[in-house]
Amino acid sequence: MDRKKRDQAYNKYVNAKIPKTRPWPSLFNSFWVGGVICCLGQGINDLILLWFPQMAEQSAWGYTLIVLIFFASFLTGIGVYDKIGKFAGGGSIVPITGFSNSISSAALEFKNEGIIYGMCVKMFTIAGPVIVVGVVASIVVGIIYLFI
Amino acid sequence: MYYLWVFLIGGFICMLGQVLIIKTNITSARILVTFVLIGVFLEAIGVFDYISEFAKAGINVPIIGFGASLAKGAISAVKSKGLIGVFTGGLEATAGGIAAAVGFAFLFGLIFKARTKK
Repeated sequence: MDRKKRDQAYNKYVNAKIPKTRPWPSLFNSFWVGGVICCLGQGINDLILLWFPQMAEQSAWGYTLIVLIFFASFLTGIGVYDKIGKFAGGGSIVPITGFSNSISSAALEFKNEGIIYGMCVKMFTIAGPVIVVGVVASIVVGIIYLFI
Repeated sequence: MYYLWVFLIGGFICMLGQVLIIKTNITSARILVTFVLIGVFLEAIGVFDYISEFAKAGINVPIIGFGASLAKGAISAVKSKGLIGVFTGGLEATAGGIAAAVGFAFLFGLIFKARTKK
């Protein structure tokens, strides 16, 4: 069998095997789960501002995100967040909770390779690029604003 | 009533992520990177604050808000401190989020056991 034919057959096999996400239900699920997570964030933010009215808006957002990150990390630990992720797709990845989940789940997954070389190193398999790209982009923006 | 806006805009942004997944089979790291860059860009051109005024958590909770605060930190640090702000600003503004994510991941990673995938 020549190479091209073999590759075609292989690609066909792979395409048959990869799990198909049905587009419309997954779009709908990601929409409402993402919306609910954002509403939860808004609720936490409103509660913080209700309890500490003198707090600056910026630090209230900081606390809000930390609370969301805490819950996402905890839910990842008890295995609930992965179920939400399977159901909601983008709805669970795009919010800050998805960032938290990517770190926590990697930490859990590689724990059995050791604390330092497993957990601490592999923690950043997904979040690492996010932080790197974000920091580099912020440096670029800073340089631009330095000159204008 | 602004909860409706939060829900609609937050949901819409997450749905965009899902559209990316369906169209390109992109991994979650790439989705996060893409949305962080969108956030940095929106903040750099000064549009983010206008959206944030009515979208509130709808745009601050998605990772776009993380990107925006990176850029916002860099911009304000450059304005107040000059050159050193280029390097300190971005991480300073997002330090809380990153430290929380790392700290809680470490804590829960020690406490909980990994679930074996079936």
